[in-house]
Amino acid sequence: MNRPSRARLFVAALLCLFAAGCGQAGSIVNPKGSEASRIATTWWIIFALACVVYLVVGGLIVFAALRGRRRRGASGLRENAFIWIGGIIVPLVILLVIAGVTVNTTSALRNPSSDALHIDVTGKLWWWDVRYIGTNVVTANTFHIPAGRPIDLRVTSDNVIHSFWVPELAGKEDTIPGQTNHLRFTADEPGTYRGRCAEFCGLQHAHMDIIVVVDTEGDFGRWLARREALDGAPTSDLTTRGAVVFQREACAGCHTISGTSANGKVGPDLSDFGSRPTIGAGVLTNTPENLDEWIYDAPAAKPGTSMPQFHSLPARDIAAVTAYLESLK
Amino acid sequence: MAISEMPKSELDEELEEKWADMPGVPGFLNTVDHKRIGLRYIYTSFVFFFIAGALALVLRVQLAQPNAGVLSPETYNEFFTLHGTTMIFLFNTPVLAGFGNYLIPLMIGSRDMAFPRLNAFSYWIFLFSGLLFFASFVIGHAPNGGWFAYTPLTSKPYSDGINIDFWGLAVVFVGISTTVGAINFIVTIFKLRAPGMTLNRMPVFVWSMLTFSFMAIFAVPSVTVAAGLLELDRLFGTSFYTVGLGGSVLLYQHLFWFWGHPEVYILFIPATGMISMIIPVFSRRPLSGYIFVVTALVATAFISFGVWVHHMFATGIPPLALSFFSAASLLVTLPSGVQFFAWIATMWKGVVEFTTPMLFAIGFLLIFLLGGITGVMVGVLPFDWQVTDSYFVVAHFHYVLNGAVVFPIFGALYYWLPKMTGKVLDERLGKISFWTMFIGFNLTFFPMHILGFLGMPRRVYTYNSGLGWDGLNLFISIASFLFAAGTLLTVVNFVKSMRRGKEAGPNPWHADSLEWMTSSPPPEYNFAAIPVVGSRHPLWDQHPVPVAESADDDARRPLGVHGALEKEMTVTEGLDARPQDTLGIPAPSYLPVAVAFGVLLFFVGLLVTSAVIGVVGAAVGLFGVVWWLWRTEEDVR
Repeated sequence: MNRPSRARLFVAALLCLFAAGCGQAGSIVNPKGSEASRIATTWWIIFALACVVYLVVGGLIVFAALRGRRRRGASGLRENAFIWIGGIIVPLVILLVIAGVTVNTTSALRNPSSDALHIDVTGKLWWWDVRYIGTNVVTANTFHIPAGRPIDLRVTSDNVIHSFWVPELAGKEDTIPGQTNHLRFTADEPGTYRGRCAEFCGLQHAHMDIIVVVDTEGDFGRWLARREALDGAPTSDLTTRGAVVFQREACAGCHTISGTSANGKVGPDLSDFGSRPTIGAGVLTNTPENLDEWIYDAPAAKPGTSMPQFHSLPARDIAAVTAYLESLK
Repeated sequence: MAISEMPKSELDEELEEKWADMPGVPGFLNTVDHKRIGLRYIYTSFVFFFIAGALALVLRVQLAQPNAGVLSPETYNEFFTLHGTTMIFLFNTPVLAGFGNYLIPLMIGSRDMAFPRLNAFSYWIFLFSGLLFFASFVIGHAPNGGWFAYTPLTSKPYSDGINIDFWGLAVVFVGISTTVGAINFIVTIFKLRAPGMTLNRMPVFVWSMLTFSFMAIFAVPSVTVAAGLLELDRLFGTSFYTVGLGGSVLLYQHLFWFWGHPEVYILFIPATGMISMIIPVFSRRPLSGYIFVVTALVATAFISFGVWVHHMFATGIPPLALSFFSAASLLVTLPSGVQFFAWIATMWKGVVEFTTPMLFAIGFLLIFLLGGITGVMVGVLPFDWQVTDSYFVVAHFHYVLNGAVVFPIFGALYYWLPKMTGKVLDERLGKISFWTMFIGFNLTFFPMHILGFLGMPRRVYTYNSGLGWDGLNLFISIASFLFAAGTLLTVVNFVKSMRRGKEAGPNPWHADSLEWMTSSPPPEYNFAAIPVVGSRHPLWDQHPVPVAESADDDARRPLGVHGALEKEMTVTEGLDARPQDTLGIPAPSYLPVAVAFGVLLFFVGLLVTSAVIGVVGAAVGLFGVVWWLWRTEEDVR
C-alpha cells in the first residue's frame, strides 16, 4: 500500500486543476491593468517556487515516512546538517528571493502620477458613489475610465468600511471612514470589468458590485462630454409622465438626476441609469421588467436596502418611471 | 518510614480516601483535580466544535447554489460570526488548554497544577462565557459582525441590537479564562517539575504550552482592550472608535490583530508540540533536533508579535511601513521550516509505525505544508492586495487553523484518550476517520483558493450565476459533508471504544514521557511517589524510572508516598528542577465556581444594562475572591 504518495498525487492533481481553473474572465490571473499584471507576474513566480517547495518537502515527508515504515535499517542522515540546510539555509534563500520580488513589485505600484485622472469613489450601504474630479459628473456602481492613462481612485467611506476590488484591474483598497486612500493603476485594454466590495460591510455585502468600463481615450472623452451634458429631460409622453411621477413620489428625495430638481443624496445618482448593466449594485440585470419589480419592492430583492417599497404606486406609474429611468443614458 | 512497609492495597485505599472527590453533583462542582478539569475542557470544547461545524454546514448548503434562499442574509451573517468566534475562542484555544491541563502535570511528574483552584476557576469562566455567548443564539440575537467585528460596522449606529454586545462581552469574559490558565501553566511548568527534569529534558509539548502561555499573557490583553473599548463605545457612548469625535476605526484593527495574529500561533504552537510528541513515539526514536525545535517554538512566539499589520495591508498604511510587516511575515516561516525538517529527519532515521495518531501527524504535515506556503504568499504585500478578504484567504486559514490545528488535535485524541479513559480507540475506525477527514478536508478547502482567484469575496451570503463560481461552490458544499462525516466517525469510535474498547494499560504506545508511567486513567494523585528524571526520554532510557523517597526536610518531604498522603507537592527550581520547597494541594472548593458565577452575573448585568445584576455579580465575585484568599492562608502551610 502506498497511501501517502496517493495523497501526494491527489494534491498534485488539485494543483493542476488550480492552474487550469484560474485563467478565466474575472480572475486575478487574467490581468487587464498595470497593477493586476504585475501582481499576476509575482504570483506566477511564487507559485513556481511553491510547487517546487511543496513537491520537494512533501516528497521528503512521504519518503521519510515510508522509508521508516519499511525498516530499511540505520540511516546515515546527519540530522543537524539536514535541519540547517532544509529548515534554515534553503528557506532563507527562497524567502530572500520572494522578498526581492515583493519589494520590486511593491515599489512599482500605487505611485502618484502627475497626469492621473482623479476619481472619488465612496463606499455606501450598499452601493458605490463615483465622482469625476473637476467635472460635474456623478454616477454610481458603473463608471468609465480611459485605457492607457494613470487612474487615481480616491476611495473613502462615510459609513462602515468597504473594500474596492476589481480583480482584473488591481488589488484591493479599503474605503475607511475618516481617511482617503488611493488606488492607482492604469487599465490596459478596453472592456467591461466586474468587481465588488471585499470587506464585510453588513447585510448586503454580497450585493455591492462595481463595474468598470474601460474605453479608448477617444471614447472616454466622448463619454465624459456626453455625460456632462445630460440634463434628465424626458423625450416622450411616457417618459415625461415618468419624470413627473419621479418628482412627485419619494424618488427625488433620495436620488439625484442632474439637470432636474431631483437632488436627493441618500441613494445613488441616477443621471445615467439607463446605461448601467445592473440594478441595486448587482442584484438584478438592468431590464425594464426587473426595474418595475425593483421599484415595486426593492427590499424583497435586497433585504436591508434603504429603498422603500412602492406597493401603493399604480403599475402604470411604475412603468412610466421605469421608461424614464431607462431613457437616461 | 512506616509508609513504605504498608501493604500495597492498604496504601492505595488510604490514598484514594485522601484524594477522592465527593460523589455526585457536589464533587462535580468543587473538584480541583486537573485531570477532571482537563477532560471537562476537552469535552466542552468539542461540544462547541460540533455546534460550530454544524453551523458551517448550513452555510455551505446556502452557498451550494447561486441565489439560494436557505438562510436569510441576517441569519447567514449570524451563522458565520458564530462559526468563526466559536472555533477560535470556544474550541481551539480551550481544547488546547484542556490537553495542557490534563497532560502537563503528568508529563512533568507533578501531582497537580500549581494553582488547582484557579484551574477550576478558569474552566468555569470558559464554560460560562461560552454559555453566555450561545445564549445570543438561543434568544435569536446572535452576533453578526464577523469574528473580528470591525468597527464601525459593529458600532452602535450600524449595529443597534444586543447582538454585538454578546460578542464583545464574551470575548472579554473568555479572555479571563485564557489569562488565568496561562499564568497557571507558567508557574506549574517552572516550579513543579519532577527532580532531574531540567529545562532541556522537558517534553516538547510542555515547551509548547509554556510558549502558548507566555504568548497568551502578552496577546490577550490586546483583544480585551479592543473588545472592551468597543463595549465602552456601545454601552456608555465613549468614542474610541468614532471618527469625528477623536476616535479611529483603524485603532480597533491594530488592537485586534496585535492579539489576532499571535493567536494563530498560540493555537498552532501547542498543535506542533503534540506532533513533536507523536512522531518520535511512532518512529521509535527521539525527536531529531530537540534544541532546534524548542528554539523554533520560542522564536515563533517572538516574531509572531511583529506581523499583525499583514491583516491590514489594504487599509492605506504607507508601503514602507507595510514592507516591514511583509518581511516579518516571511521570516516567521523559518521556525516552521526548522520544525518540518526535524520531523522529517525523525521519521527518516526511525522505524515508522502507521497508527492512527501517526496518520493524523503525517496528514498534518502535508496539509500544513500547503497552508504554510499560502501563508508566505499572503505575506507578499502586493499579492495580498489581490487575495485578502477573498476565498483564497478562507482557504489559507482553514488549512492552518483547521488542517494544522484540528488534525493534530484529533491525532492527540487517538494518542492520549487511552491515557485519559483507560480505553484504546479502535484503530480501524480511526484510520477510516482519518482518511475521510483528510480527503474531505482537501476537497473542501483546496477549491476555495480558486474561488478567491475568481474574485469571490468572503462572507457573501449569496452570489449571482455566471461568474464561474457555481460548480466550485457546489463541489465544496458536497465535500464539506464528507469532512464532517470523517469527524463524526471519531465520535462514533469514541462512544464505541468507551463501551467495549481494549484496555489501554499504562503505556499502550511504548512512549517515552512520564504520563505513560502511571496507570490509565491515572490515580487522582498521579504519582504515589515522584519519579526522578535522568533523561529527556525517561521511559525509554531509565529501566525502570526510579522514584524518590521522602526525606525530612521541607523540600524533599513531599517527593515520596508521604507527599501523596499529605496532599503535597515539591516545588523545584526553575532551571534545573532541584527540590526547593513544599506546596500543599488545596481541598475541593466551591469558591471557583461561585466566583466565576459572580463574574457571569457581572457580564450579564452589562449585557442587559442592569445595574442591579451587575453590582450583585461584582459583589459575589469580590466577596468570593476575598474568602478564597483568606481560606488559602488557612489551608496551605
